[in-house]
Amino acid sequence: MNTPIALSIEDLSFSYGKKKALDRINFRIQPGECTLLLGPNGAGKSTLFSLITRLYDSRGGNIELCGFNIKRQTRKALAKLGVVFQQTTLDMDLSVMQNLRYHTALHGMGRKQSMLRIQEELERLNMFNRRFEKIRQLNGGHRRRVEIARALLHKPSLLLLDEPTVGLDVPSRQDIVDHVHRLAAEENMAVLWASHLIDEVYPDDHVIVLDKGRIKANGTVNEVLQLTGTSTIKDAFNKLTQGAQA
Amino acid sequence: MNILHYWRAMWGIIGRELRRFITQRERFISALVRPLIWLFVFAAGFRSALGIAISPPYETYILYEVYITPGLIGMIQLFNGMQSSLSMVYDREMGSMRILMVCPLPRWFLLLSKLLAGTAVSILQVYVFLGIAWLYEIRAPSWQGYVWVLPALMLSGMMLGALGLLLSSFIKQLENFAGVMNFVIFPMFFMSTALYPLWKIKESSALLYKLAHYNPFSQAVELIRFALYEQFNQPAFIYVLVAFIVFMIAAIIGYNPSKGMMTGKGGA
Repeated sequence: MNTPIALSIEDLSFSYGKKKALDRINFRIQPGECTLLLGPNGAGKSTLFSLITRLYDSRGGNIELCGFNIKRQTRKALAKLGVVFQQTTLDMDLSVMQNLRYHTALHGMGRKQSMLRIQEELERLNMFNRRFEKIRQLNGGHRRRVEIARALLHKPSLLLLDEPTVGLDVPSRQDIVDHVHRLAAEENMAVLWASHLIDEVYPDDHVIVLDKGRIKANGTVNEVLQLTGTSTIKDAFNKLTQGAQA
Repeated sequence: MNILHYWRAMWGIIGRELRRFITQRERFISALVRPLIWLFVFAAGFRSALGIAISPPYETYILYEVYITPGLIGMIQLFNGMQSSLSMVYDREMGSMRILMVCPLPRWFLLLSKLLAGTAVSILQVYVFLGIAWLYEIRAPSWQGYVWVLPALMLSGMMLGALGLLLSSFIKQLENFAGVMNFVIFPMFFMSTALYPLWKIKESSALLYKLAHYNPFSQAVELIRFALYEQFNQPAFIYVLVAFIVFMIAAIIGYNPSKGMMTGKGGA
């Protein structure tokens, strides 16, 4: 049996009043593929994420997660999805464990299974021994690790990350970038990573460049370089977005 | 997707809300101080100024403190309902509401669970308040009254929480909330039977009387008042139940991504 496409976006449009935020977007992400969604601020990345997670609703276009339509089969589609939002969504006054237990409860996991999965994911990120600490006591990098662990607890097929490394120091950023790329490679997980930081792109990644609500390029790093006739992804990005601030 | 999933999610949401409440001690204390000041300062001061004639469920003359206790219970729940919705606006701005909204359960169920969680917190506050009042000999006629009042508290808490939820679905920013608090909490509280009985309001103004009579908060207070005296106030029960259903349906529509707040924030 073929594994279904992790994410399929067809002719997706969205407007804020008269202002078009997304204009007929089309792309697909296969399992095991790490796709970097690059775009300057205001390109439409967060709007796209809100539509994929069904926080917004669009009348134009179609979104499917692992073969499930987000409008008609919302719950089945959302069950396949793990999300790390741009802003931290952890409860500061609760411990790491309490935050993660909340998430497993929302996904209907029993106590035993929850504990097992929490241990697995926290150990992978070297956070298991800090499980009883309050989130408030953790630094930004560690909080992000907890959020990534949380997004993986229910074993999603597609992981969405909305600029997860913003505000982190270089080593913390690198840890997270490496970990997510490992997940795609080892667990066959599809990843859609929104970023405006060019250095987070790995040579094997797929890249989508979004600008003013339109896709300017979509392909492997090499394909994008060829398309733009540039030698670095930074130059390609600048050319495609006509020098918009990255 | 099965019943167990719903069950676990609901308890997850309630447990989180209770844990948050217990860890935020200031919130607990401030929730108690407000009605206690009304009880021990306001009510004591007005005891002699306001004469309360015998009216159901009271069968004898009562102290003003006894009269306003159900109103203050309502006040706790009203503030708690608004506080929960305030925290939802905050959660939405800060992003943690998103975690709830992207979990694979129907939105109406998530909102209902959130509402149950808020109500559980308010009931906890009410019983602590009743305990302190009991120590000062402001008591229900018998211990059964404290049991009778539980379902009444559940319904009134749900109704006031649903109102808060509805308001939060239409408020886009935290800053806008303060105004709504003033336009909702104060009119609801003062135009009700919490502080003075309906017949007393009627003596002063027919319009005020009508407003107080149709105010769902008044009906919630009367439901609680009768329950503390082990009596079932059926009209109040029906009124509060209908108000809850209407507020809840409107809140669910408000939180629907294709109809409510999301389209307000976004577009199509």
